[in-house]
Amino acid sequence: MKKVFSRPKSLVDCQTHFCPGCTHGTAHRLVAEAIDHFGVQEETIGVCGVGCAVFMYDYFAIDAIEAPHGRAPAVATGIKRVHPKKVVFTYQGDGDLASIGTSEIIHTANRGESITVIFINNTVYGMTGGQMAPTTLLGQKTTTTPYGRNSSNDGYPIRMAEMLAPLEGVAYSTRVSMHNAKEVLKAKKAVKKAFEMQIAGMGLSFVELLSACPTNWRVKPLEGQKRVEQEMIPYFPLGVFKERKEKNLNS
Amino acid sequence: MVERVLLKGNIAIAKGAIAAGCRYYFGYPITPQNDIPEYLSSELPKVGGTFIQAESEVASINMVLGASAAGARVMTSSSGPGISLMQEGMSYMAGSELPGLIVNVMRVGPGLGGIAPTQGDYFQATKGGGHGDYFNIVLAPASVQEMYDLAIKAFELSDKYRNPAMILCDAILGQMKEPVALEEAEEVTLEAKPWALDGSKGRKPQFLKTLYLSDGEQEAHNLELKEKYDRIREEEALFEGKGLGDCEIVVVAFGTVSRIVKTAIQMARKEGIKIGMIRPITLFPFPASIIRETAKKIPRIMVVEMNTGQMLEDVKLSIENGVKLGFYGRPGGGIPTPEEILKEIKVMLDEEGF
Ligand SMILES: Cc1ncc(C[n+]2csc(CCOP(=O)(O)OP(=O)(O)O)c2C)c(N)n1
Repeated sequence: MKKVFSRPKSLVDCQTHFCPGCTHGTAHRLVAEAIDHFGVQEETIGVCGVGCAVFMYDYFAIDAIEAPHGRAPAVATGIKRVHPKKVVFTYQGDGDLASIGTSEIIHTANRGESITVIFINNTVYGMTGGQMAPTTLLGQKTTTTPYGRNSSNDGYPIRMAEMLAPLEGVAYSTRVSMHNAKEVLKAKKAVKKAFEMQIAGMGLSFVELLSACPTNWRVKPLEGQKRVEQEMIPYFPLGVFKERKEKNLNS
Repeated sequence: MVERVLLKGNIAIAKGAIAAGCRYYFGYPITPQNDIPEYLSSELPKVGGTFIQAESEVASINMVLGASAAGARVMTSSSGPGISLMQEGMSYMAGSELPGLIVNVMRVGPGLGGIAPTQGDYFQATKGGGHGDYFNIVLAPASVQEMYDLAIKAFELSDKYRNPAMILCDAILGQMKEPVALEEAEEVTLEAKPWALDGSKGRKPQFLKTLYLSDGEQEAHNLELKEKYDRIREEEALFEGKGLGDCEIVVVAFGTVSRIVKTAIQMARKEGIKIGMIRPITLFPFPASIIRETAKKIPRIMVVEMNTGQMLEDVKLSIENGVKLGFYGRPGGGIPTPEEILKEIKVMLDEEGF
């Protein structure tokens, strides 16, 4: 019989702690598939942010390090400068990357570090119990926006993929979703493209993955996927915002 | 062959780092330590190294953390507010047992303060500084020669114990010029770091982390760290003793202040007053036993610092009951003069009817 589906080599065979309907597990798989695809499992160093994905080192069969909250791009910079030929990626939530870590992601992108950034946008702080994230939608109730996010008090949900795209150091910036099988396949291509960009030394590659957090959204797993499609995508449009074809030759 | 050259203290640290095989520097400008990044931005590329001016001290220390995790000898330098911003990263480095050199050319505070010399960061440097139960290895040079030598030593200790190391100095040491004997540059061969992350070729994947959630795991980790700190205390304490054989009183002072105390000692000898000095070279580990033993024989100790009394507390913890302890401090950029120090010592001796 022909084997058509199996666990990527770069993922550890274990049960994760992720909640039902959470798409962190899917995103992990997409990253592991890309690593396997390029045959770089033994060349890759992962840097996880602080958030629900902090246990990356338990789930990926690769070298990995936990960075302080928000600082994964700086940690990845240090690693990549020591090992420029290795594949280095960060895996960060929206609190981690788009709030406490905005300075590090912007300047790492601006330096054009050839790393890959996997950005999980679930509009909420998962690990700490569902507080407002910088990506929380207007009107969305969280444990710290009990009346719904209100722009006059809390500002607006931030669109990271669009914001990073114009930076010269960014080679690739895209937003994908994982709310159904078709979108997961597109997301898989994007993650692969991002690693390909890195391996080609093009600059920073950034993939924003719209993700569901049913537990903190207080909805059933399936409703979570529906919310991604119906509420998140209209505000966070899917697409490629930057794709460099050639290396930046500026000295 | 030993070459002697006239160098600024800050440059001596940078040269020492290169001599120690450090090839990575990440930092953000702040006075009075800018000579270090400026010099390294020109010299590191010549030896195949990397210099990055980071966007902040928060980023700097996390780049240091990353490069260290990747197995490299790496450093940063800063002062006052910048060192404060690095504390979270240093705590993570201590927790994940990562080496690296952090140079603090102290400036006065609290707050923005100013660039005048001070020893006001003694507590921050020696008591951990960031959150959690940890210590940095802290070295306190008192000459430009020691800025060079202790930079090398800091890397060695830091690697040996897998622990962040700090050089604690001030603008006087950073800016003054003195002749320095440089060791002949030779290829440094660094010991292998089997724990480093470089991809997992030919071995099992490994990771570095500070998060321990299951029952008792964090406590076990902290106790292991404590065992390491105890070994450091046991084996690495360094000090300089001066005139301890025949003195009436012992001054304890580190860094710049110890230089001023030496002048006070000479002035006192002319007046027939015999003063000894203990100068801690390592502030963590603190050379407690020499202070304890000396105080048993000479039960009069005067601590002099450029702060309101920080090392004073470690001296207090080092001595037993019955020792007379005095303190003279000048905070906020004030520099104690030899005359002032001598006057304070005389007051202390007079009180005892000497
Ligand atoms: C300096 C610091 N501040 C706050 C925290 C607490 N904290 C841990 S995870 C987190 C937010 C996580 O949310 P996100 O990055 O969106 O990831 P998710 O858990 O949703 O995957 C916060 C605030 C911390 N660990 N460190």
